[in-house]
Amino acid sequence: MSASLHASEKPKFNHPLNVIVATDCGSTTTKAILIEKVGDEYRQTFRGEAPTTVEAPFEDVTRGVLNAIAEIEELSGRKILDGEKIITPCRDARTGVDIYISTSSAGGGLQMMVTGVVQNMTGESAQRCALGAGAIVIDVLASNDGRLPHEKIERIRTLRPDMILMSGGTDGGAVTHVVEMAEYVAAADPRPRFGSTYKLPLVYAGNKEAREQVTKTLGQKTALVITENIRPVLERENLAPARHKIHDLFLEHVMAQAPGYKNLIEMAGAPIMPTPAAVGLIMETIAKREHLNLIGVDIGGATTDVFSVFESVFNRTVSANLGMSYSISNVLAEAGLANIMRWVPFDIDEQTLRNRIKNKMVRPTTIPQTLDELQIEQAIAREALRLALIHHKSLATGLKGVQQERTISDAFEQQTSGKSLVDMLKLDLIVGSGGILSHAPRRIQSMLMMVDAYEPLGFTMLSVDSIFMMPHLGVLSTINEKAATDVFVRDCMVYLGTCVAPIGQLKDGERLADYEVTFPDGRVVKDQLKMGELRLFPLGLSQKARLTMQPAKAVNLGQGAGVPVSREVQGGVVGLLLDGRGRPLQLPADQPARVAALTKWFNAVDLYPRS
Amino acid sequence: MAHSYTPGLTVTEQTVVRRRRQLPLPGTVLVAVGDLVQSNQPVARAELPGKVYPLNLANQLGVAPDEIKEYLIKKEGEPVRKDEILAENKPLIKWFKTEIKSPITGTVESLSTITGQVLLREPPRVLELLAYVDGTIVEVHPHQGVTVEAQCSLVQGIFGIGGETSGVLAIAVAKPDEPLTPAHMKADMKGKIVVGGSFLSAETMAKAKEIGVAGLVVGGIHDKDLRALLGYDLGVAITGTEQVGFTLILTEGFGTIPMAQKTFALLSAHAGEKATISGATQIRAGVIRPEIIIAKSAGAAQTGAAAAPQREGIRIGDSVRIIRDPLFGKIGEVAALPTDLQKIPTESDARVLEVRFPDGQVAVIPRTNIEVIEGL
Repeated sequence: MSASLHASEKPKFNHPLNVIVATDCGSTTTKAILIEKVGDEYRQTFRGEAPTTVEAPFEDVTRGVLNAIAEIEELSGRKILDGEKIITPCRDARTGVDIYISTSSAGGGLQMMVTGVVQNMTGESAQRCALGAGAIVIDVLASNDGRLPHEKIERIRTLRPDMILMSGGTDGGAVTHVVEMAEYVAAADPRPRFGSTYKLPLVYAGNKEAREQVTKTLGQKTALVITENIRPVLERENLAPARHKIHDLFLEHVMAQAPGYKNLIEMAGAPIMPTPAAVGLIMETIAKREHLNLIGVDIGGATTDVFSVFESVFNRTVSANLGMSYSISNVLAEAGLANIMRWVPFDIDEQTLRNRIKNKMVRPTTIPQTLDELQIEQAIAREALRLALIHHKSLATGLKGVQQERTISDAFEQQTSGKSLVDMLKLDLIVGSGGILSHAPRRIQSMLMMVDAYEPLGFTMLSVDSIFMMPHLGVLSTINEKAATDVFVRDCMVYLGTCVAPIGQLKDGERLADYEVTFPDGRVVKDQLKMGELRLFPLGLSQKARLTMQPAKAVNLGQGAGVPVSREVQGGVVGLLLDGRGRPLQLPADQPARVAALTKWFNAVDLYPRS
Repeated sequence: MAHSYTPGLTVTEQTVVRRRRQLPLPGTVLVAVGDLVQSNQPVARAELPGKVYPLNLANQLGVAPDEIKEYLIKKEGEPVRKDEILAENKPLIKWFKTEIKSPITGTVESLSTITGQVLLREPPRVLELLAYVDGTIVEVHPHQGVTVEAQCSLVQGIFGIGGETSGVLAIAVAKPDEPLTPAHMKADMKGKIVVGGSFLSAETMAKAKEIGVAGLVVGGIHDKDLRALLGYDLGVAITGTEQVGFTLILTEGFGTIPMAQKTFALLSAHAGEKATISGATQIRAGVIRPEIIIAKSAGAAQTGAAAAPQREGIRIGDSVRIIRDPLFGKIGEVAALPTDLQKIPTESDARVLEVRFPDGQVAVIPRTNIEVIEGL
């Protein structure tokens, strides 16, 4: 699986790309960055932002884009705009840019409905295909989804997606079920979300034998596009052709209907990408370049996107209603109050907390002003991150329904096909993005939020996106990979450091492991890590230390219980975190003990200012 | 951001609103530009296609899908009544006869010889779109709907539930900081829009439902009471379709929060007049806030002066409401607008402003944590 674009889609330029302006039109804010070639390398130099203007009274996304670019003009002194036009290419050292590029998730992003025949086979493949293309999947319909036919039809009719992806059947297999689903879609006569005068785009990527029947059933009622089967045989997914069609239709149909996007498409020098598709692309590029297994997360106000690349397999999921402002109340609904409260290091009554969360929901742009408000938001973020990863793990799996060769050892594991690809022990890097992680007042707060939510095992590096520019770099990588990589390494990615977490549970205070850290200056620290301890050692950016650990008999560092490990660990703006709280992480059930434990951990890493 | 400014909720005695009334699918517009309309008057009509019921005849008759035509009694496009025989087989022995009856009254929409399915559709349902406000039709969108314009007083709330309704305004409390209690709810409030003060309890909601009020407008409620009212925990603020017996509008937020004096005074000044309200709220992508519209006499609207002018930014002297703890709900005036970023107790650097409260106290607040009380 891959998030990449067609090579044929790469635009060609006959002038050098030395100055680039890129925007991301988010649902609330349009963020612009300026990238300039300084000597031999590209750097991100200025940024500007302005409210997105998709909605009334403006109803023209380009207004927000021009406002954000105008801010860059003010800050940089470079003249970029000529009235409402972007000056391209550069006229001189202070005038114009060589290209303008953009991503967009404004207006709720790309909302898709997908259909399959068997829910956990073609249904899931279709879902992975749409998610990888940057869509929010609003429903998955399948012949065996438990809904009665008329319920399916009603559902299709009321959903109003931007696009439908239909899959089902292997090539040459039975056609009945996939044609039946086409009949339901035709009966529902679904209408697109934007506008009522154009036909709903529908991508058919199912059994090729059913193409004729599907065309007969849906050709008149939808803007039907036929492409290769996403599951030509049970053992293989073929998601790229359908994803490319989704991107094309996104530009041609969906975006062309959204207010002002026709102009935006004309202004841009490369195809506009859905924001999550661009972020996925940059994540995949990092993983490939560094040969890493990684998890990336972008926690926004409305949604949380999770990306993973394990053994070169890319997956993306979006938890559409887990977010820190618009959807904050849904985090409470899904996680439950007790799960949020377990991260709050003080007593607060339920009614007050509930009211505060609802007030953030109805006034999503507010920021925490007091320390306890910040701690509550970061507690909620831990739960949003945790739930989104659980969701991701359930979809980032091997193919289900595939026959497997089993050995005698598998008989003890009882693992069916479709095992999650996300293996926390093989995870090398976690990349965090989104306001709550990128703008946390102390970087250790971002690091601990991710560690608490994801419970990394063994050795794991962590980083954050400095000012949320991954979408911009994702789309940039489609036209100039060097520029995207330069900026990514130097200006975007902020390495926080490495977390080392032994696996196992002992009694509080018991020895988990003996450790020895040899710092780059030759200094050596030898000590014991005890159960229930957090230890943080400063280890700067681009510094490496050698860590040797001898775990206790029942404790595992990835090489087996009691097996010693010695390896280099990477530093960062936070440093080296030894997490002796055990895995799985268990917090005391009793309220005073839990508050005491949190306070001890938070103080140990200097998480918050002390009053 | 060039203008760090949170647009606030409008509370104004005199404005002109335009409301686009749109059918969910093409239909017929019933009025013309210049027509005076009443809030409960239909302005457009559409036929919503009836529900579809698929029936797999091939399975039920035990025949191949491409043979079903031979067994059909009703053909494509023909009307059919509930329990009327739709298809039957013709066995040699009568006992083995299978008759398939129609589960609905409607028409035979289509049949498929690939799947053996017949799709039956119920008759269309007529949907009438009401004008919503007393006003003048200023635009007709052919087959889609109309735009109604009204000269009115307007109060926007922060959050609401329930759909559009109208009724006479009844002010139930004496002061904006007085909670609305069951004792305030009287039998003659049936069908009215009842305005309370700082808080609405679960008991008062139950009483309001029992009396049959059309709407409730209050400063705040507790989230737990909202959950009890809805029967679920509201995750995302997209509302307007709830059916809890009345439309509810919060002017301030969650908790016990006195209604802004300006809001209370405006609503009080119109006690006894007809108001149109909508609880529909959408915080994300296309903000919709709940609203209370008190139209001036129908037809008084002057075309051309629709929305209030866009503000350029926040100014010293503006009346603002603090919308985040620790001073949530307090109302004051902007006293200073320092330009430099300031470190707030969370250690974040934020753009701030100074707010002076009626008692003379001044507080430093992040600009994103206030909203301007809009309207003259």
